[in-house]
Amino acid sequence: MAEQVLAADGTPLKASLNRALRRQKMRALILILPLLLFILATFIYPIGQMLFRSVENGIVGETIPRTVVALDDWDTQANDLPPAPVFDALAKDLAVAVELKEHTRLGSRLNYELSGISSLFRKTGRRVDDIGEIYTDQLIALDPAWENPATWVTLMADPDWITAQAAWDGEGDEPAFVMSATAIDLLPQTADIYADFVRVIQSEDNDSPTEEEPWHIVSLALYQDLIASPSVDIPGPLGGLVSTAAAAAPSFETEDVIATFADVDDDWTNPDVWETIYTYSPAYTNGYFLNAIDLQKTTDGVEWQPENEQVYLTLFLRTMIMSLTITFSCILLGYPVAWMLANLPARKANLLMILVLLPFWTSLLVRTSAWKVLLQNQGVINDLLVWVGFIADDNRLALINNATGTVIAMTHILLPFMILPLYSVMQTIPISYLRAAKSLGATNWTAFWRVYFPQSVPGIGAGSILVFILSIGYYITPEIVGGTKGVFISNRIAYHISSSLNWGLAAALGAILLAIVLALYWAYDRIVGIDNVKLGG
Amino acid sequence: MKLSKALMATSALTLVGSAAFADGHMADEMTIVSWGGAYSASQQAAYHDPYSENTGVTIINDESSNEAVAKLRAMNEAGNITWDVVDVVAADAMRLCDEGLALEIDADEQLAPGDDGSSASDDFGDLLVSDCFIPQIVYSTTAGYRTDLVGDTPPTSICAMFDLEAYPGMRSLEKRPINNMEWALLCDGVAKEDIYDVLETEEGQAQAFAKLDTIKDSVVWWSAGADTPQLLADGEVVMGTTYNGRLFSLIAEQEQPVAMLWDAQVYDLDGWIIPTGLSPEREARALDYIYFATDTQRLADQAKYISYGPARASSAPLVGTHATLGIDMAPHMPTDPANATNTFLQNYEWWADYRDDLDAKFQSWLAQ
Repeated sequence: MAEQVLAADGTPLKASLNRALRRQKMRALILILPLLLFILATFIYPIGQMLFRSVENGIVGETIPRTVVALDDWDTQANDLPPAPVFDALAKDLAVAVELKEHTRLGSRLNYELSGISSLFRKTGRRVDDIGEIYTDQLIALDPAWENPATWVTLMADPDWITAQAAWDGEGDEPAFVMSATAIDLLPQTADIYADFVRVIQSEDNDSPTEEEPWHIVSLALYQDLIASPSVDIPGPLGGLVSTAAAAAPSFETEDVIATFADVDDDWTNPDVWETIYTYSPAYTNGYFLNAIDLQKTTDGVEWQPENEQVYLTLFLRTMIMSLTITFSCILLGYPVAWMLANLPARKANLLMILVLLPFWTSLLVRTSAWKVLLQNQGVINDLLVWVGFIADDNRLALINNATGTVIAMTHILLPFMILPLYSVMQTIPISYLRAAKSLGATNWTAFWRVYFPQSVPGIGAGSILVFILSIGYYITPEIVGGTKGVFISNRIAYHISSSLNWGLAAALGAILLAIVLALYWAYDRIVGIDNVKLGG
Repeated sequence: MKLSKALMATSALTLVGSAAFADGHMADEMTIVSWGGAYSASQQAAYHDPYSENTGVTIINDESSNEAVAKLRAMNEAGNITWDVVDVVAADAMRLCDEGLALEIDADEQLAPGDDGSSASDDFGDLLVSDCFIPQIVYSTTAGYRTDLVGDTPPTSICAMFDLEAYPGMRSLEKRPINNMEWALLCDGVAKEDIYDVLETEEGQAQAFAKLDTIKDSVVWWSAGADTPQLLADGEVVMGTTYNGRLFSLIAEQEQPVAMLWDAQVYDLDGWIIPTGLSPEREARALDYIYFATDTQRLADQAKYISYGPARASSAPLVGTHATLGIDMAPHMPTDPANATNTFLQNYEWWADYRDDLDAKFQSWLAQ
């Protein structure tokens, strides 16, 4: 074993060195900590959360949990309606959701996938509290005690809770309800829905189960329990009441829940509705991503959207092509300007620089609207061309409300982002290199192309990345001057965020856009090399 | 706009002192969200100023109505609602109600009865299209045309929009399926009462798109209400659709050679909602404001400043003259009998269902 080298204070040199390095790293970390926390809190976290929505789909399972479980057994290939228990489960789920006012939210979520579900849920919500009424009536006819909320509490609540509730003085919140173990064991379905009933009554309405008659759907659940176990024997004073009901239950007039749903709206007998619910029942879905690339999720797997609904791939492609066009026009227009700025005496260059920066100091909307005035059919440019005689009055150029308008306006808006990095890179290229090349016999062109241009490539790279990335995310300018053929994918993202409220799809589109940018960045790094990008000296 | 801001600032300053006397159970400051521009100014004059004067409440204006739905949803998720009363169109109110973001209102309990003694629900009638929506005005999306560019026979029917032979030139339509699809079917011979039934079928949608195809190359698609007036004023388009109030100011205030084509105007509603999740004091204040601002007189007052029809039947007889121009406002209302010979009421429930689907198809059609 090699002998350890010791530092002056007698500790091993390696440990001492490590400690010093660690301290240095800690100091560096503490210095950047405020910025790091700031970026984490205001940038990384919200964006991560937004992107997470592209797969998140908990709303279905949370709003109609029983239905989701019941649908598990449904054979989707049979192209038939789900069995009756699914409808029962939906009736129960909706009874709860309506009280919590959550059913319409689910309706608008599922409406993104199938038109008509929105109003289907709204309509059904208005009728769902009648389901099971027939059983309530028959129970009460059998024994009026069923009408009394206290009967239900005695039947369903834990004795300790009844004592605690009786001792409660009415101040503050009522003690949280505890279900009796016997009820859970012997009347499972009733206990399940009664628990939801009490939860809603206590938390939403601030009422007590001792004073509120349960929903009709609880009677339906009780009926189902009694049919499932006719010889149920509830210990305690209500044993007789329940066994009488159990004895009478088989002769009860029954309600066909499927027919009730069909009566509310025919759509409930449409397997498509159920397939949509089934397809979107998991807590996470790739449905948004599929929609974002013109595909759709069905029970038979992934399929193309109908041709008349496909638009996103076209828009992605258009966004890429137009952003590249804008980037190239920025290079073409910006390069000579930057060259001139870099080679003029400082005083003149500064003056011209102000002209380059001037657009930065003007509002984006003002600049875009100005282009509208210039480019429109009766606008300045067309008027001028007609006056000069280049074009006929009835054959004016369409310069706006199309892709041309977007390219022109955005090139202008993004031009400074190209000129500035080019300028700062060109400033560091000594002009004497060109002279040296020429003195060695190069033509003007060779001197430029072989000597000057390669040295300015890092500026082009930096400018191009800036302009390209900015332009694929632009949406205000394309919205104003782009018409229909000049809008970008970001316009659709904005629409889904602010108008259709389909945030999941917006997040998926955004995630794809981000992935494309990262992929292009990676490709750029492989081909040109990212250390070949300079923003200055 | 400047005027309204100045008014707001001064009323805010003078009223801060008196705010202490406001009812102890209600907040003494509220944020009201609306559309900005001439519309907000009309609300400022008709509702906010008198309300502030009566109660000493400071009213803060926010002009975010066009993104209200998304912002309310974000606020709700963040658990911090900063708005008290929000002005939205009926379709948005319905979405907000569906999402549980707007408070349900019992019209007869929480709104003022009509001046003529009718209950609030009778006075608003069919305009109470959602449980959360308190209607304020009836506006319409309708067409205007350049009187100097249509030749000797000015258009009398919305179908002129689809008639490139009689009225050549560009026209402007809104960049969304709503209204355009209905007009296309109407001009393709579908009876008014059948339109939504037809539009519900694939064939009906194809028929509407086919009709729109005939003018697709001659359409400038607008997305802001100010676009069409601008395009008409510049002579970029021969005719175009927009909100009737915009055309009113183009014609009456800016005196451009433009005329209204009221035919097949599509009624739409604008009104208030109260966000859910407000503290009891703020909710009480918001309800108190709504009770005041949507009574018969207040709704009629707003019509002095802008040519939108009051949502209450009982307000109609009280509509007077324009506050500055002095012209009689009744003939400029979309609800005026002379203008309302052929009208169309948007089916909100239907659009709530089919909006996502038809929008996808419409966008796809536009991109082709």
